[in-house]
Formats: sequence, structure tokens, C-alpha cells
Amino acid sequence: MKAKSPLEIYKLLPQTNCGECGFDTCMSFAAHLLDRSAKPTQCKPLVEQAKKDEKARKKLQQIEELVAPEIAEVVIGTGDYAVKIGGEDVLHRHELTFYNPTAFFYDIPDTLDDKEIDERCSRVVEYRKFYVGKFLTIEGMAVRCVSGDAKRFRDVVKKVAGYGRPMILVSLDPKCMRSALEVVADKRPLIYAATEDNWREFLKLALEFKVPVTLRSKDLNTLKSLAVTFRKVGVKDIVLDPVTEPLGEGLRGTFERVIQLRRTAIHEDKDVAYPIMVTPISAWVIEGDDVAKAYWECVIGAIFIVKYADVMIFKSLEPWTIMPLVILRQNIYTDPRVPVQVEPGLRKIGNPDENSPVMITTNFALTYYTVESDLTSAKIDCWLLVLDTGGICVEAAVAGGKFTASGVKELMKQTKIEEKVKHRYLIIPGLAARLKGAIEDETGWKILVGPIDSGRIKGWLEQNWPPKNGDRS
Amino acid sequence: MKIDDLFKLLKKYNVEELEGVRIEGDIEIEIESGANILPIIQALAQELGMAAYHLARASKILGFPVEQLFGGELKPEIEKKLEKKEELPRELIKAEFKPYKAKFPGKINEVTLGATPKEGGTRKYTITVGGERSLPFYFFDAEQPHLPVITIDVFDKPVPFPKAVREHYEDVMDDPAEWAKKVVKDFGADMVTIHLISTDPLLDDTPIHEAVKTVEEVLQAVKCPIVVGGSGNKEKDPPLLEKVAEVAEGERVLLASATLDTDWERIANAAKKHNQVVLAWTQLDINSQKTLNRYLLKKAGLSPNSLVMDPTTAPLGYGIDYAFSNMERIRLAALKGDVDLAFPISSGTTNAWGAREAWMKESPISGDTSWGPRELRGPLWEIVTGLTLALAGVDIFMMLHPASVAVLKDVISMLGGKSKESVDKDWLVVA
Repeated sequence: MKAKSPLEIYKLLPQTNCGECGFDTCMSFAAHLLDRSAKPTQCKPLVEQAKKDEKARKKLQQIEELVAPEIAEVVIGTGDYAVKIGGEDVLHRHELTFYNPTAFFYDIPDTLDDKEIDERCSRVVEYRKFYVGKFLTIEGMAVRCVSGDAKRFRDVVKKVAGYGRPMILVSLDPKCMRSALEVVADKRPLIYAATEDNWREFLKLALEFKVPVTLRSKDLNTLKSLAVTFRKVGVKDIVLDPVTEPLGEGLRGTFERVIQLRRTAIHEDKDVAYPIMVTPISAWVIEGDDVAKAYWECVIGAIFIVKYADVMIFKSLEPWTIMPLVILRQNIYTDPRVPVQVEPGLRKIGNPDENSPVMITTNFALTYYTVESDLTSAKIDCWLLVLDTGGICVEAAVAGGKFTASGVKELMKQTKIEEKVKHRYLIIPGLAARLKGAIEDETGWKILVGPIDSGRIKGWLEQNWPPKNGDRS
Repeated sequence: MKIDDLFKLLKKYNVEELEGVRIEGDIEIEIESGANILPIIQALAQELGMAAYHLARASKILGFPVEQLFGGELKPEIEKKLEKKEELPRELIKAEFKPYKAKFPGKINEVTLGATPKEGGTRKYTITVGGERSLPFYFFDAEQPHLPVITIDVFDKPVPFPKAVREHYEDVMDDPAEWAKKVVKDFGADMVTIHLISTDPLLDDTPIHEAVKTVEEVLQAVKCPIVVGGSGNKEKDPPLLEKVAEVAEGERVLLASATLDTDWERIANAAKKHNQVVLAWTQLDINSQKTLNRYLLKKAGLSPNSLVMDPTTAPLGYGIDYAFSNMERIRLAALKGDVDLAFPISSGTTNAWGAREAWMKESPISGDTSWGPRELRGPLWEIVTGLTLALAGVDIFMMLHPASVAVLKDVISMLGGKSKESVDKDWLVVA
């Protein structure tokens, strides 16, 4: 963003510290605008004033411009599932954070039969991977005209639109594209792609149907020329595809093009400051079996999730290729400024009673949610103690002295766990096994060492709970 | 005016078809009543200029209530366009893309592992890492003299591997020397890491003098540079690595690892004395890394060409965001001139196998889509972990699964400009 200090923004605010934005002072609000944790329209007095007063309107507009991200934001789709891409401000996530995670679209060639189309679409809309307290999903479908038949393409696009997810329409033929847009333009699909050869027709389509458009060229001068031309006549929703070549020199060239585009855009050249498309599906042109191709597609996906792609088209809908990529995307786009911790304390899982097992884990969000969901999935009723380890995982907390016997004792005291259960058994994580003796000494409770991975807790409990009288470990 | 005349009129302006406008019958003009008719006309106006204007006028002549339909906005809008003579550009507006150029003052130290007989060792070849003046694979900024290398893990006793890994090593697990041979010969390892885990007092507590025999066997079995790891026991590792340095005199073995809470000085001194290299391991913290490096260089007097860093590899899904940003920050700081951080980076990529997604048979979570066969997702987990960190600046990957090694090697050679392969086919035609 243009603004470098909150003062630049503060100057334009009412400076009344009315607090309507949700922050105590206008200065604090300005600081939040600067790190993009607030939006200019949260300043209600200014918004109201802007409706009547030209000067206020200008101020609001100036603020919007000051805090606008370096890379344009483009919305694909409409409604709840609309996906926002671009909007990035930095080249390295530690400098601030990355904002809009790379959107994943999956190939639907129009040469598939209806059953196959339904199967692929269902896989997209149903995909789910539980991770840190929520289910990760994938965004939409890229309907590709392979038939060359405008009517077929239109029919398939219409069918796929029925799934209600964002779409990319893929065809270099303006006639086919028009035919599809006539039925789904109101769903705001991203059209793919305007090239050096067809750009005039695609420019017309973008203007006429008001849909975001992908510009495609391996030559960055041409790509920039396309962007400048489209922008000149009023097309703002632009995505750049510098063409993904899957192998060897081609892959290296792709890497260079993507990095140069984003880096140059962030630093100085606003003519190319648009979201970038990468097409890992390009891996499917290489020789080899399907597993090799899917692996390579995943490799290309991973490289460019880390390096600047805002939207991608994939072919493989195998869960084993989707999973590493949705996780990588989640990790790379996690805000490094936000600690990944949960509140320490005592949680009830299911309906525990006085005979239910008592377990302990850390307050690292990933660990906590993993354990919690494993217990819930396995339908285990129990008490779960959550120890404050400063948001680090069990293994590191034990090694680093954050998971200690005295800490456990203190937590047990605070939560009054001894009043909730009749027994005196505490199950500790397998990775904290070495603390068994120390915790027993400190608390007087019998310690049972649980499995290393909470995914195995069910089987472990079947073997070990309720504890038989006498010594168990 | 007849329809034919209208067509002629349109032809004059090189228009064959007006989308959204259908002309039917003798004198009926039907304009498809989408809510957005105006944009269509505007777009047409830009393209057709006069033609659209004439169409509208012609329509009026024919009695079509144009103004009524467009709420009277049509005429001024089109006339405005016509006045400005603004049309869609006929040619692309030529623009030159001038790529941003980054130049860093700093350079990563070059570290050579292994030594040939001429250099005082017995290795057939040496491996040099480091020397970067840019972010990894940014050849457009600066040349990168050495590409990252891969060392495969070998253990001095059988370990409980995940199924997908076990099947590749079952036949050699009892014999570290054979194991080392296999990873070099069959799996293309650049180097071998021998982990002396049996020395752990909680495992076999193998005495040091016995444990180092395994190191000698491995040095005999393979001719590549090697890494030797301890068990992670803070008391035993320093004397163990000291002994390793002694028996591998002059081999420039990478000793893993010196940490802030072990006797790092003892390890560094042994490395100096016997011409070895030290791996400085810290836990995801750039400041600790800086501190440890300074101790090793300034207090222990280790040469900057004998130090490699392990800033910790947290695997995909389990903290890789920390590992990635930590390494990226370390590398950027070094390139910007921080000499305390200007060292090659090593990654324990094998840690990826700790992620349940890599080894567990199926998701334990009821709402998850099936994870698919673990034989396929396990190696991929290791690949994506390594690949991500390759982009942060890793120079040495410590890895486990042969398929992961093969794929990562391919990627490194391609991004590193060593592969001449290419395909010309466009994905748009993929069946």
C-alpha cells in the first residue's frame, strides 16, 4: 500500500476519537488501516459526511487509495462462495502477511460425459480436510472447451454452474466463450484467456459481460501490453497468466516470469500489478503414468503457492494430491502476526462424568484442535486439560521446559479437576513420556502415558481404560 | 427502410453479427431484454461507433421505441462516444516490461564437505554448498555457484519406519554399511548421513568407542562425503562427536549437531583439530541461530567455511510456516550483509514423516474426505516439505524416501538450470 505511516491516514480522518470504528482513537484506527486489519468504511462519520460533502468524499477516496493493496484484488464468482484473489502487499510473508490464499480450480473438460462431469464437480464441492479447528475446502471448477463446439461448451458450463461454485471458463475461441457467457455471465466467471491473437474479441467480451479476464502470454512485454490496453478502455478485473511450462528450462522460465511479474509489480510497475495465474495442470502434458503426472502437478502447485500464484488450475482430484496443497496454502497464508494458541483450561469432550478419563495437551492451536477432533470423532467422553505452553507443540514444549510437572500441577489446581472425577489417573501425551515420574511426584496422581499420536487414542483407551487396579504405565 | 437495408448499413461498418440483438421478420427488431442492455449497447458503441448509432436511428425510423427502452440515455451516451471518436484500440498499446533488479551486498559462505586423498581425506569427490548472492534459484539476480544437495538418512540400528519407507530399507536395516551403499547406488544420494542413535542412554547406550566403528565402516563402504549425527543426548553427543572427528581425521565430515545447550565448544574444537565441519542447530529462532553461530565462530574460533546451520525443519502442516519464514529471514539477513548468518542451511526434511498425514492409514477425523493411499501421500508430504524450504534457501536436504529424493533432485536440477528437458505441448489440449 501507498501509506507508510499511520499519520498519513490520520490527517484525513475526522480526529474526533469518537470510537465508532471500534477503536479508541483515530490514530489507533489509522494504525489498523495501515496493517489492513480495518477498512476505511468503518469510519461511519466520514462515510456519512461523504454522502453530502464533496470534501469528505475526496478524503475518503484518498484514504481508500492510500490503503489499497499493491496488487489489485479480483473477485471470481458471486454470493457466499465468491473468491477474492490478489490484494497482496509484500513479497515475503514475514514482512506483513499474505492475504488472499491461492484459489484452486479444477479442470472440467467439456468432452466428459455428464456422469463424469457430475463426479468431478462433486469431488470439488465435497472436498474437506480438517485442520486447526476448521475444514479446509477447494474453490471451484475450470470448465474447459476441448470439443470446439460452442453449444456443448455452453451446456457444460451451464451444468457446472448449477453447483454454485466460482468458475473459470477456458477457451481461446471467442465464439465458444461468448456462447458460455450468455448463460453464466451473471455468475461472474473468470474468462481464460485473451492472447496476442484473440485479444480484441476478448476485450469486447470482458466489457460487454463485465467479467474478470485472464491475459495470457509467455512474453512479458506482450503480457504487459495486453494489460495496459485492457486497462485503458476500462477493464480493471485482470489476471495475468505468464504461461506455465512444466519441465526443465520451461519450468525455470516460468519461475522467473512469475517472480519477476510479482516483484516488479510490488516495487514499481503498477501496469502489471494484477493477480497471477499458474496452471499446474500443465504437468499433464509430460510423458509418464498418471501418478507421475499427478506428483509433478503437485510439485508445480507447491512451488507457486509459495511463490506468488493467486489462482491455479489443477487436473488431479485425488485426495492425496489435494491434501498437501491445501495444507501448504493454509500454512503459507497464515498471518504470522497472530499467535496460534487457544485458551488454556479444562474442556469437556462429549459428556464426561466422574469416571471419565482425564487427559492433557498443550494450547498450541494445531495440537489442541487435532486432539479435540480426534477425541470427538472417536466419540470419547473425557476431560481435556489444556496447558499453557506459550503456543508450542508437546515435543518442543517438553524439550524447552514449557511443559513441566509444576505447570501441570498448577493447571489441575486452577481447574479443580480433582472435584470433577473420582479417580486419580492422568493420561499424558506419548511425547511427554519422560515427565511421567516428575508429574506423579508433583501431583500425586497416577500417570498413564498415552499414544504419541492422538489419532490412536481410541485403540489405546480400549486397552488401557478403565485402569485395572495396581500399577499401569 | 427494409431489413436488407439495415444489414447493408451494418455491413458498411464491417459488422456481421450483432450479439444480443436479433433481427427477425420484416420489420420487427427484438432486443433481448436482459437487465443489462445498456452495457451491451455501450460495448457495441465502442466497437461499432457510428454503426450502433445508425442502428438505433434506423430502429427509430422503423418505429422501435428506442428512447423508451434505454430511458433516454442512449443518445447522449453514444454521441459522447462519437464525439470523442473513442473506439476499441485496433492495435495493442505497446508496453515494455522492465524487470526489477535486486542486488544484495552479502554472500553466503562456501562450505566444502568431504576431502579427497589430495586434500587429506579418502573421499572420491567433495561437495561444496553455499556461495549464493541471491534468493534460491533467482538466477536472474545473480549466479548460484552450487545447487542444493541431498543426503539420505542411515541409522546405526533398525528403526520403526512408516510402512511406505520400511519396504525400501528392510533388507539393509541391520547393516549400516550396506544401507549406506544402497542409498548412494540405488537412490542417488549425494551424501550419506549416519545417525548414531544407538548411543542414546535410553536406547542401547552403545559406548562411544564402539559407535564410531560404524562411522569407519560407512566411510569404507561409500566414497561420498558423509554427515554423522548423534542421538540428541545433550551429555553424550559432544564426546561422541569429538571421537567421530578423531576417527574421521581430515574427512570434512559434517558433525550433527552443536546446540546452545550442549558443549558446543567441545564439538567446534574437535572439528577444528581434525578438519571437520559443524552443524549448528537451533529451534526456529533467528536470534538463537545468530548467537550460536557467533559463539562457534568468535569464542571457539571455527572457520566460517566450516559452519552449516540447521534452523529446524517443522514439517508441512506442523509449523512449516515458522520454518519457512525463519529460514527466509535468515537468508535475507545474510544477503543484506549480516555475516553472522551467512552460512549454508541444512534441513531435516525427514521430519515430514512425523506428520500423521504422511503415515497414518486413514484420517481419524470423521468429516474428512478420505486421505487416499498412504504409499502415495507419504513421499509427497516429504517432497512438499523439502520443496517449500528449498525456496527459503536450504542447501542440504536430509531425506528418507527414495521417491521423494528423486523428485526433489529433479526439481532442483530444473530450477537450477541443469535440465535441458522441455515440452512444447499446451495443457489446453490435454485430454
